[in-house]
Amino acid sequence: MTRELWKGNEAIAEAAIRAGLEGYFGYPITPQTETLEWMSRRMPELGRIFLQAESEPAAINMVYGAACTGARVMTSSSSPGISLMMEGLSYIAGTEVPVVLVDVMRGGPGLGNIAPSQGDYNQICHGGGHGDYHPIVLAPASVQEAVDLVPLAFDLAEKYLNIACVLLDGSIGQMMEPVELPEMRPVVRKEYAWATTGAKDRSRHVLTSIYLEVGLEEEVNLRLLKRWEAIKANEVRFKEYYLDDAEIAVIGFGTAGRVALSAVRAARAQGIKVGLFRPISVSPYPYQQVAALAERVKSLLVVEMNTGQMLEDVRLAVSRRIPIEFYGRLGGVVPFPDEILGEIQRIAKQPPSLEGHPAQRWLERMTAPQR
Amino acid sequence: MKGKAMINIISPKNLVYSRPKAFTDTPTHYCPGCTHGTAHRLIAEVLDEMNIADKTIGVAPVGCAVFAYNYIDTDFVEAAHGRAPAMATGIKRLLPDRVVFAYQGDGDLASIGMAETVHAAARGENITVIFINNTNYGMTGGQMAPTTLPGQKTTTSPNGRDVELQGYPIRVAEMLATLEGVGYVVRRSLHDPKNIRLAKKAIRTAFEVQVRGLGFSMVELLSTCSTNWGLTPVESLKWLEEHMLPYYPLGDYKIAPSVAAVKI
Amino acid sequence: MQTEIIIAGFGGQGVMFAGQVLAYAAMDKGEEVTWIPSYGPEMRGGTANCTVVIADEEIGSPLVKNPPASIVMNLPSYDKYEPLVKPGGVLVVNASMVDRGAKRDDITEIFVPANDIAEEIGDRRLANMVAAGALIACLPILSIEDLEAALEAHMPGRHKRLLPKNYEALRKGAEFATEHARKAK
Repeated sequence: MTRELWKGNEAIAEAAIRAGLEGYFGYPITPQTETLEWMSRRMPELGRIFLQAESEPAAINMVYGAACTGARVMTSSSSPGISLMMEGLSYIAGTEVPVVLVDVMRGGPGLGNIAPSQGDYNQICHGGGHGDYHPIVLAPASVQEAVDLVPLAFDLAEKYLNIACVLLDGSIGQMMEPVELPEMRPVVRKEYAWATTGAKDRSRHVLTSIYLEVGLEEEVNLRLLKRWEAIKANEVRFKEYYLDDAEIAVIGFGTAGRVALSAVRAARAQGIKVGLFRPISVSPYPYQQVAALAERVKSLLVVEMNTGQMLEDVRLAVSRRIPIEFYGRLGGVVPFPDEILGEIQRIAKQPPSLEGHPAQRWLERMTAPQR
Repeated sequence: MKGKAMINIISPKNLVYSRPKAFTDTPTHYCPGCTHGTAHRLIAEVLDEMNIADKTIGVAPVGCAVFAYNYIDTDFVEAAHGRAPAMATGIKRLLPDRVVFAYQGDGDLASIGMAETVHAAARGENITVIFINNTNYGMTGGQMAPTTLPGQKTTTSPNGRDVELQGYPIRVAEMLATLEGVGYVVRRSLHDPKNIRLAKKAIRTAFEVQVRGLGFSMVELLSTCSTNWGLTPVESLKWLEEHMLPYYPLGDYKIAPSVAAVKI
Repeated sequence: MQTEIIIAGFGGQGVMFAGQVLAYAAMDKGEEVTWIPSYGPEMRGGTANCTVVIADEEIGSPLVKNPPASIVMNLPSYDKYEPLVKPGGVLVVNASMVDRGAKRDDITEIFVPANDIAEEIGDRRLANMVAAGALIACLPILSIEDLEAALEAHMPGRHKRLLPKNYEALRKGAEFATEHARKAK
């Protein structure tokens, strides 16, 4: 298989198409519009469904309807658009139909900007829409990884009748890297026992997320939670770098993770025993693996392009066993490796405190008057 | 002997009225005097007559008709408030040979879901929308809707809708009629038997338009809401006739040439 | 082994494409590579830049603050990136669009009149290839032949007739840089 240079957003679209995507509904928003554009050309040429919706709420509800037919469907957007889709996502979760969502995150809150960010972590991983539900969230750190995770997202969404989200930031959407795309898989319309396709020679199917009888709604919630437990047990993914003899571990996902990789290598070159743990599934989060890591290393550095959203998951996993430091860049700023290297050097020199909150210490450092 | 005579009367030859096959044998939750049941029944009759119930997918709204799927016996999905045309679009695009209809009230269709409605119509989406206009939000207890008449009292316009403050009601059928993608858009009423017959005919035409792929079709049905209007069922029918008909004239607002050519 | 290159200039000067040619060439040689643009409103008439990272292992950061190699196609880019080039690094400056001399002596600055050379070849739009040729003459990671092969392999069919002039631009740029470097010594 030859490698081709692909832009992230287009590679994601093509990977979805090759995974047998049957219907795509979306709305333009920077920095993910190339996905929409790619779909607009490729889907009709393959005889598949592409539709530019009038809004993100319309797009997600078109996807919702299309998913009810049992077809492999998806949408993509960026942060403000994802906010608008939250209503539909909650309904999709409550109706238990499989949908794939791609969020190419940008700086926020509000209109924010169009630069890369990881500010949607909580919105995507820990809710966003109302009610109790958990999407599967996969966070690639390269174009190739995005291409590999998109078909997986479809498979997982369908296996667990769950939302599966591919969560990346604008830089991965916009960058070009060599990738090997998967072979084209044929479109397969699965025969689900629940799909609303017309009740021909069978009893009718009703797909809904309303259960006025509270006991029944509780049952639904318990069913969702049971399924989530199975997902937690089977679908945790992560990658480790230079951790064998590490005394400091950096934890970062997506772009923050790969930027940290450069910093870790630079620190290794200076003799600092540091490694990198990069969660790939950020929901389910690799709590056990991070907890085990905390038994092996002396301190942790969490790096994110937000104010420390994943940090809370790390703290939950680690409890107060070892000290944690945090380094974040915000509002569309991508950290340079030397910034993270500086943090690693600081931790290597002076182990951080178990007391206090890492994000608070970071905020004090960030806002301290320049000397 | 008298009882036996009665039983003899009930025979296929005397049968003039029965529950449509596409109508489930479930008592509805609608209030006395509400015309939702009538609208449901008309749809079920049309599905039977066209023999399409087994290839039809309904989209239920948020509003009093949220449980429409308990009564109309086809595959059904339940949409978020106002999003039924978007959901119907998703289904229809993936299953173009099926019949997809959305059943929506005025708050759902003309307020929160206006964008979805207008754009589905503008795209000429091959779906059918049954639009129940009863001038208020029924399920939540009679609040002002985009269709509430000037001066009409609701729980959120307690002094009557003041158009200076709350604007004017929207005539949806007239508005959608301006869109190229619309094949068929008409307004009918459910306030008396004659109009109910006309309403059924319109519903039939709307579904025929969809089956023939002639574009977006919508039937607006002027409907009653006795409970929230604070009127008896009979008074409600009169109120509809006296107050709604002048503001919402019945008629055919758009019949595309391709539709006009169809003999049904 | 990793090399980072930033190419900057006005929108329309072909800085994105020049970066992509380097990226294609690196990929075809079996290297790992990332190409990342500045994106958004600044592309509309303002300055644009892209970063290319070429390595023989999984690439970490796609962005770099202090690149060892850079091309600046206009004065604002020169002002922005001249201070950022890593000491000992190389900076190709489009002398056709810059009216000042170097402020640093710890890097190699190569002043190439890229627009003028491109116009001599017959197409002003080839200035980016002239500059790319000049940079590659100073970088061991890729050769002019690698870039030519990348252009041949990846340029869309409808542009194939432009290949000979692109090759000429690359070579003229490289020749100028080699000459310049010899003079500097």
